[in-house]
Order: sequence, then C-alpha cells, then structure tokens
Amino acid sequence: MQVNEKFEPTIVAFCCNWCSYAGADLSGTNRLQYPANVKIIRIPCSCRLNPMFILRAFQRGADGVILCGCHPGDCHYTTGNYYARRRMTLMFSLLDYLGIERERTRVEWVSAAEGAKFAATMEEFTETVRALGENRRLEDLRCKQM
Amino acid sequence: MQADVKQRAIALLKEGTADRVLGWKAGEFFYDLTPAVFETSEEVERDFVWSPFSAPNLSKYLIGETRKPGKIAAFLKPCDTYSFQQLRKEHRIDREKVYVVAVQCGGMCDIEKIKALAKAPTAIREEGDMLVVSTLYGEKRLPRQDVLAERCLSCKSTKMAYYDELLGDDGEDKGDGRFEGVRRLEAMTPEERYQFWRGELSRCIRCNACRNVCPACSCEKCVFDNPTSGVENKAAANSFEENMFHIIRAFHVAGRCTDCGECSRVCPQHIPLHLLNRKLISDMNELYGPYQAGADLETRPPMTDFRYDDPEPSVVARRGGAQE
Repeated sequence: MQVNEKFEPTIVAFCCNWCSYAGADLSGTNRLQYPANVKIIRIPCSCRLNPMFILRAFQRGADGVILCGCHPGDCHYTTGNYYARRRMTLMFSLLDYLGIERERTRVEWVSAAEGAKFAATMEEFTETVRALGENRRLEDLRCKQM
Repeated sequence: MQADVKQRAIALLKEGTADRVLGWKAGEFFYDLTPAVFETSEEVERDFVWSPFSAPNLSKYLIGETRKPGKIAAFLKPCDTYSFQQLRKEHRIDREKVYVVAVQCGGMCDIEKIKALAKAPTAIREEGDMLVVSTLYGEKRLPRQDVLAERCLSCKSTKMAYYDELLGDDGEDKGDGRFEGVRRLEAMTPEERYQFWRGELSRCIRCNACRNVCPACSCEKCVFDNPTSGVENKAAANSFEENMFHIIRAFHVAGRCTDCGECSRVCPQHIPLHLLNRKLISDMNELYGPYQAGADLETRPPMTDFRYDDPEPSVVARRGGAQE
C-alpha cells in the first residue's frame, strides 16, 4: 500500500458547457494557475447533473465535488440552472443531514468571462477540502486503489 | 366500527357500486393484516378485517387494479387518501374505476409496543380510547395512545384528501409536530449525525421492502433493478452502499412523498426511514413554501418548479445546527 507523505485531495468539478467550461478555458488562455487536483467533467448544462453523479464521484474516491454553471438568468437553455439550484440545495442538505461535511460540496456560478473567478474558486475550494482531509464517510472500499 | 366497515363493503358489492373491494384480511396472526381484493360478499363476510392493524396503505394497489376491467371500491385511511391523490396527480390511477370509501382511523397500533405491555396477545377489541387485548394470560386493557405506531403519534392530518364516501367524521390538519425528530437530528454535530445514521443504516439488509411498499416508488422500471447500477444489492463490507441506496430513494420521492410512513412500518430492521423523507419535506416547506404532496391536484410539486429568487445552495452551509 502506498503511503502518502502529503494528502492531496481529489476534486471533481462538473462544469456546464456554455459558461463554466468556457470560463475554465479562459483561465487557461490567461495563464491563470489553479490546482491540478481539480478534475473537470463537462456537462451540457448544470441541470444535467444527476445528484447521483455526486454520490458516484464520492464513491470512487473524490474528496470534494463542485458544480459550476451559468449564473441564474443566463442559462443557455433558459431555465436549466434554476432546477439544478433546487436539486443541489436539497441534495447538499440531505448529505449534511447524514453527517457528510457540508464543505465538501459546493455550487458556484461562473460565466464564460470569469476565468479569474474560476481559478480563484478552485484554489479556495481545494484548500477547504485539503483542510478537511480525506473523505472517509462516502468512499467505497471496492473502488479504492490500494 | 369493524362491523360498519364490513357491512358497507358487503353492501357496495351487493348494490353493484363496485365489482371488487380492496381491503385487508388477516395474515398468519391477527395483527399482520395484509391487503386483499374481495370479489364476493361471502369472501368479505369471512375474511375482511378493519382493526387497529389495518395499516397497509392500499393506494398503490390501485395502479394495477384500475388496469383491470370493472370498478373497485377501495377502503382508504386519511394518510392513504393523500397517496391516492398524489397517484392521481401523476396519472397513475384511473379515477373512473375507483370508488373511494374513506375510513376515519384512530391511529394504527404497533404490535411490538403491545407485546411489551401484554405478553402473548391472541386477539384485540376496541372500547372507546382503550384497547382490550386478550392474551394467553387473561385480558389486559391498554390506552390506545400508549401503543400507537410511531407514524400515528406524529400524524400529519386526519382530514381526508379525497373521498366518494366517508365512514366516520372528517378530521383536521395536525400541524408541524411531526418534524420534531428531524429537528433533534439537525441539532446534533455532523459527527453525531454520521454515527446515528451509520448505526441505523448499517442494519439495512437491502430487502427492498421500503421501495416495494412506497406509493411514490411506483416506477415500472426502477433504478435499483438495474444490475449495473452499483447499488442493486447489499455489499458485504461497505458502509457506502447502504447510505447511497437510502439517499437515492429519499431523493427520488422528494416532493412526491406524502409522508404516509409505510417505509418505516415495513422495515424488518426498524430503520426510521421516515426521518429521511421528513427532512426533505421540511426543507422544501422551509425553502420553497409549504407543500403537502397529495393534498390537491393542482399545485406544482417543488422539484418540478422554480422561482427566480430561490435561495442559493450555500444556504445549507449558512443554516443553523451545530458545527463540528
């Protein structure tokens, strides 16, 4: 078994195709640094995020999950992020209720012009999760790489 | 009341209002009543039972029964009428094929509580607010209030959501007292909550009884029947599996759960599953305005609706409750 000298969190970022993914792209072309812990998964709309994806990410070893989408009112599909907002609010509340640290999950609205915000958000979120330590409450031993 | 309900069932068949009657009959013991369809008045006379153990919610059976030819008379308790309305709202029940007889109930009893107070019960009889339990060691009188099932102690309403005919009197809404258990958990630290739920959910044997009995869980194809879903059966040594199953189930019925409490009742491991559903109901009431699933056919359920000024998900992090 590998012994980690220093804990490096795994962050899964679900980014909507139209705003946040482009925002991440912009932070790249602007040469802004954000932690390599963040693994971006592109989704067509923040509303596409089945709450089960979050559980799945935790199950397979993520330490934090963040959803980025267009600002409310700016959704490419007009109303998608409003539904996502309700779903995520309830999901996070339920996870908190089950004793999963509430800091491990987050929703940020990042537009295509907010490359700097994207990098800063990821930086900050990674530090928060790093401070919390490894996610032991929702991991699946079968998915663990020993 | 037992006789009234039975006579009404027989009359409905005789006068031709219905071709079949959906009710309860005794199982192996007098207290494990099981849902049953009666086709003749003789069957009703012999087997039909209405007692403090007529707990099964019959609404879900109407999905299958209304697909058959002929009309069925269904006996529903107040909480069952909410499930009935919710299923109508979801277009799962053919309203024209059902004759709803709403029966006012004084609360269903928990046999475990009775057994704790009166050993070896063999029969039960109602006398006003008292229950007379015959046991192998003689008769015992118990106040009904002391042996009510958990879900009836925190009853949401005895007012019928809908009926064609009412036996007994219509009741009233009982307010928000049912959220007490949720409030107690919310006041704990995340660590305490985690330990509480691990203690409860690790007992889950994945028998799927909660799913099978739930009137909201009526999808023809269920995610848990998918052998590649990753949560289709119980993992041998894993805490996540049980959590995930119950999170998914609670979330799938969010906004559609009428809080009938059947999930907790049928759980062979006595897991308080209603606490998960009630948490979601209480959240939705608080964040998106009061909503009772099954109370009417018009209001939009909170999860298929939105407002421009809904609170942001960060509201969860800002909310009260003890911090670690």
